[in-house]
This record gives sequence, structure tokens and C-alpha cells, in this order.
Amino acid sequence: MKIRISALLAGLLALGLSASAFADEVQVAVAANFTAPMKEIAADFEKATGDKVVLSFGSTGKFYAQIKNGAPFDVFLAADDKTPAKLEKENDVVPGSRFTYATGKLVLWSAKPGLVDDKGAVLKKGDFQHLAIADAKLAPYGAAAVQTMTKLGLYDTLQSKLVTGESIGQAYSFVLTGNADLGFVALSQVYAGGKIKSGSGWIVPADLHTPIRQDAVILTHGKDNKAAAALMQYLKSPPAQAVIRAFGYDL
Amino acid sequence: MNDPDIAAVLLTLKLASLTTLILLLLGTPLAWWLARTRHWLKGPVGALVALPIVLPPSVLGFYLLMALSPDSTLGRLTQTLGWGTLPFSFSGLVVGSVLYSMPFVVQPVQNAFEAIGDRPLEAASTLRASPLDRFFSVVVPLARPGYLTAVVMGFAHTVGEFGVVLMIGGNIPEKTRVVSVQIYNHVEALEFGQANKLAAAMVVFSLLVLIALYTLNPTGRRK
Repeated sequence: MKIRISALLAGLLALGLSASAFADEVQVAVAANFTAPMKEIAADFEKATGDKVVLSFGSTGKFYAQIKNGAPFDVFLAADDKTPAKLEKENDVVPGSRFTYATGKLVLWSAKPGLVDDKGAVLKKGDFQHLAIADAKLAPYGAAAVQTMTKLGLYDTLQSKLVTGESIGQAYSFVLTGNADLGFVALSQVYAGGKIKSGSGWIVPADLHTPIRQDAVILTHGKDNKAAAALMQYLKSPPAQAVIRAFGYDL
Repeated sequence: MNDPDIAAVLLTLKLASLTTLILLLLGTPLAWWLARTRHWLKGPVGALVALPIVLPPSVLGFYLLMALSPDSTLGRLTQTLGWGTLPFSFSGLVVGSVLYSMPFVVQPVQNAFEAIGDRPLEAASTLRASPLDRFFSVVVPLARPGYLTAVVMGFAHTVGEFGVVLMIGGNIPEKTRVVSVQIYNHVEALEFGQANKLAAAMVVFSLLVLIALYTLNPTGRRK
């Protein structure tokens, strides 16, 4: 038994060493709205390069706090351009690495067919109980939702119906499970094959909120990580851009 | 502390008080049955009551979110009864907290009931005390230490609840934004000063509660 355990330990050690010796690993913090496309892109990238991509999903604001407190991420795909710019100013990113990998779209969506009309008039009618948004302090899509409602002059009336998810991922799950009748989510969460795949939705016109330009950066932690640089290059490549477009983002 | 913080504190106290009260009402007959029965269901029911101790709150939160959603059976029932849908509401948090804190109320009371044994009850019935009279004049006074532990632990454990609220609350001020969630919000937004005020208050509160429990109720320590 003793021998077997030590053999197992040696095996594990060898596995760990070989992983660090031959392939690079990149830790990526991904804004929740980009979850589905990034899973695809990461899988393609791993296949193409042999590098390993480790993904964490959450709200941009939460990642900002984690990065400021020394979280070991190499690459950060934010849901806005403000947060990466701020990190750049604070010397937490590799200079010159910042670029816009996608421009996001906000959609008012319901799991129920027919609830959301194609002009968003349902907001004015107010014929629903709960409207889910992401936390506006932490999630750029949440901030865009608040801007939209404010611009429509409906924020004050709708406030009592708002339920807040800590990221756009939780906001989406509230709507998907029917617990919230409708919600402002990222188009990428409900988009497939060139249209909204289920339920009903209104793609919010871009002039109702500041554009959701989503920037990527290599963080200081990843400055010597070759896989991090390679992944950033890959994000700009046509195959990755095709995936990004397929989820309804603009480039 | 600013207004949203004070609102969170008041909401937390309201939630914990109501939860404890409901648990005392529901928990007393349940604890009595568990303490006295020889039915084969005693084991399974006891295990069900204890389940929230071992389950991650996210499991409870996830199943509550699914079970109470507007299109679920339970969700339809609560709507038919005119209670509306429970997620994102204070009533929803009460339901979640009752499940979450149940073992912390039922178990101490059950232990206290078991410790009484048959003797005092038999003595009371020879004096022609009715079952109800026996319960309130003999059992409840004898089980007082158990009740004290139950109240304190049920209340304090509900105050300490976080994961369930995070998953079914929707973070609504004055309805579902309790202290633990408010602290989390502050930390996430890097408002460490405000987080610290609330967090420190929680530490002091919890410590005082436990000191009171262990001082007033030495048996509480062993439970």
C-alpha cells in the first residue's frame, strides 16, 4: 500500500511538472456576458496551440476588485472599456495590450414568447412583476440597463420591480427560470443562428445607452506568459471573430 | 452607517425574529414527535431536519429558486393562494430561512424533550393533568434551557445566512437586502470602510449573543 501511494504521488508530481514544462497555462477572467463565446474560443485555441486556458466568469466590477487584490489572472476580458482603462492607468496591465475584442448589445428579454414586443413598449405598460438587471455598480450591462430606463424616463416607475443579479449571468438565470418575467441581459446570452433563440426580446437601440465596448488586457501577472499573448492574438483572428459575431456582437 | 445599511440591519432583525417565531411554532410539535416516537420514520425525518447543516446553502438556494418559480407546482399554488411568487420577496426569504435554520431550533428542543423522560409525565397524569396541561405545565418549563438555545441559535443562524439569500433574494433594498448581502455588495464595490462598519457590528453582535447564551444557559455549551 505504501509503495502504491508513493508511486501515485510520483505520478501526480510528474503530471504537474510535465504540464508546466511543456504547455503554457493562461488564467482568464471573463465578463459573464462573454461566457458562451469564450468557451468556444478557448476550446478552439487549446486545440490549435496545446496551451491550457482556465476560465473564470463573473461581473467586471467583481474582477476589478479581485485583480486589485492580487488575483492571479493573466488576461482580463471585461464587459466595458472603462475598467481596463482604469487598470491600465493604475499600472496593473501590460502597456499596449489593450484592445476592443467585441461591442456588446443589450436586449430586453423574456423566456415567455410574446411578452416583450419589438419596440420595448412592455416597459411602459408595466404589466409584469419582476424585471431583472445586473448590478449597475459592478456590471456594465447593468449600468447600460439603468441608462436605458433613465433615457426612456421609466427608471423611477420601474425601480420597485427591479431585481438585481450580481452579474449578468445571475440576471439571465432569474429570467430563464421564469422567476423574473423579463430582464435586461446580454444579447449573446439569448442569441443563436442570427436570431433570438427563444422567448421574446427587444434589442435595445444603441443610442439609449453608451456603447458597450468590451476591452481585453494582459494583466501584469501574465506579462511573461506566452500563452496569454497568444490568446490575445487569437482573439483578433478571423476564426475567433466569427464566433464572436455568431453570438450577436459587433466588431 | 448610512440609510441603506440601517435598512439592511432592520430587515435582518425582522427576518431573524419572524423565522425564529415560526420555527418555534412548527418545531415544537416536530421536536416532540421526534423525541417520543418509535416510528421507523424517526430516522429519515430526523435526517431531513438535519440536512441544511451539511448542505451548501447554494444547494438550498438553487432548489428553492426552481421549486418556487412562477411556473412550478409550488409557485402556482402560492399564486392561487394570493401570496404571489416567493423569490425576490421577503416571504420567500422567510421560507428559505425556516428551512435553513430548522435544525438549529428543532434539535436543541428535541434533546431537551428527550432528557425529560417518561417519569414527570407519568406523575402528572396520575394527578389527572390533561395531555395539553402536561405539555405546558411540565414539559415546556423543564425544556427551558433547550428553548433558550433554540431561540438564540435559530435567530443568530438566520442573521448569519448568506448563500440562500444571495440566490433567491434579488438584492432588493428593504425587502431582501440583508446585512450579509449588503457587506458583500460593499466589498465587491471596494467600499471597504462601509463593509468594515457592518462586518464589525456583526462580529460584536454574534459574540454578545453567544456570551449571553453560554452565561445564562451552561447546558447550551454541551448541545
